[in-house]
Amino acid sequence: MNAILSHNRFGLTEPVYRSDTEAYGTKPSVRLRGFTRRFGDNAIIDGLDLDLAPGELVSLLGRSGSGKTTLLRTLAGLDGTSGQDVSIPAARAVVFQDARLLPWKRVWENVALGLKGKDIRKRAEQALREVGLGHRLDAWPLTLSGGEAQRTALARALVRDPQLLLMDEPFAALDALTRLRVHELVLKLWRIHKPTVMLVTHDVDEAIALSDRILVLDKGRIVAEERIDTPRGERLALTVALREKLLGCLGTGHISEDDDLTVVFDDKPNIPFSPSDPF
Amino acid sequence: MSQSLHRTLKHLSQAHWLSPVVLLLLWEAGSRTGLIPERTLAAPSTVLETLVGMTTSGELPINLLVSLGRAALGLAIGVAIGVVLGLTAGLSRPGEAAIDPLMQIKRTIPVVALTPLFIVWFGIGETPKIALIAFATLFPVYLNLYSGIRGIDVRLIDAARSFGLNRWQIIVDVVLPGALPALFTGLRYALSISILMLVIAEQINATAGLGYLINNARDYMRTDIIVVCLLVYAALGLAADALVRLVENRALSWRPNFITA
Repeated sequence: MNAILSHNRFGLTEPVYRSDTEAYGTKPSVRLRGFTRRFGDNAIIDGLDLDLAPGELVSLLGRSGSGKTTLLRTLAGLDGTSGQDVSIPAARAVVFQDARLLPWKRVWENVALGLKGKDIRKRAEQALREVGLGHRLDAWPLTLSGGEAQRTALARALVRDPQLLLMDEPFAALDALTRLRVHELVLKLWRIHKPTVMLVTHDVDEAIALSDRILVLDKGRIVAEERIDTPRGERLALTVALREKLLGCLGTGHISEDDDLTVVFDDKPNIPFSPSDPF
Repeated sequence: MSQSLHRTLKHLSQAHWLSPVVLLLLWEAGSRTGLIPERTLAAPSTVLETLVGMTTSGELPINLLVSLGRAALGLAIGVAIGVVLGLTAGLSRPGEAAIDPLMQIKRTIPVVALTPLFIVWFGIGETPKIALIAFATLFPVYLNLYSGIRGIDVRLIDAARSFGLNRWQIIVDVVLPGALPALFTGLRYALSISILMLVIAEQINATAGLGYLINNARDYMRTDIIVVCLLVYAALGLAADALVRLVENRALSWRPNFITA
């Protein structure tokens, strides 16, 4: 086993649960053991162990190509797990970076997408009011600002009352001020609804400000873990040192003369819709 | 020169209706002075007279209805087949493999060139006329719908899946609405092609319809009737476009260019 892994046990043997979520029991909300995902010979995720406690807010940091998105897709149930040791809650919801609202459905219809049962419109309205969009129910998504679109996406996730809320760089496209406000909103909603949250982000400061625990993913393995016990709002003092440490784990150094820029940036192409993909 | 006259002249020099009106006046003047003989081109005033006469006698409305019926039936068949083929090729790989190569081959053959073959197969009655229109309008609908479906952002489909929509719901809620703008583009092409093919198809031994009127008028050198029919063809094209725009405005009201702030 990897030396770093054996030092950081990620609470695998002695999971530390948040005291206010003990009511949920001691069973982890998400549990992965030796999870591996390959594309051809290339292991994107390699023998990953992961536990998320109920109601825990965990940030996942990682460079492009570190396997963040693949892990998120697995937790979202978008990719099959082909009989591996993976347990994820049934009630899941994803907030994507680019909101991903259907432009041809009104805001409330987007929130209501796929809901079953009675009073769908009423439930959607309530969720939208909770994110402060009670006045935009019948708006078309393309008329929303970036912050409004992202709050709609948040409402769409919350209305499902998820046990596991997955967020894939949800604040990346927002301007700095809006981002801070949405941070506050997410924390507020998280305290009310208490879902387990996995926040995928590039932003180390954001991870420090929001999380109970930070994981750093590299080449499909967790290479660092930080638990933050300092209450949110009192974290400014610890930011500098922790930030340096985490950025070190992410390998965010200077680009030297002989670096291959295609490797440094590791951009991925957009893949158009194909009917042979599962949908 | 007074200020207001100056402004009027400036206004006139930028008016888009001016040049057509001037042309019309020159044309009328040419006819009146005998510069343009009647058998070359009838005067606008004569054309207008003929238009009113043919309308009140019922000759024009009856033949227009016949032509409209042909275009509508051909278009309906063509659009229906185009939609079915586009959906099949767009939503399934085997469908694509079976249909798309044939459509690409068909695209290289100008439909007009098929007219002789259609006459051999279907005779000179209504069938070849409608078949020509149907065959010609099928392609723009197919091509645009197919590429519209394939152009759907796969991330939207992922999002829909993550919210638990099944395959059928994804087709209804995501794929089809997303392909609708492309379908409308195809529909608009199909409409103008249907008018074009109507003109060509009605050259085949028609006994009623606008093409019949034109052919008859040619035999009697009635240029006024020919121009009336050309006007009607133009009006049909405009009306068809306006119709699609109207439907589009309702169906695609979510698009930013339709949203009035």
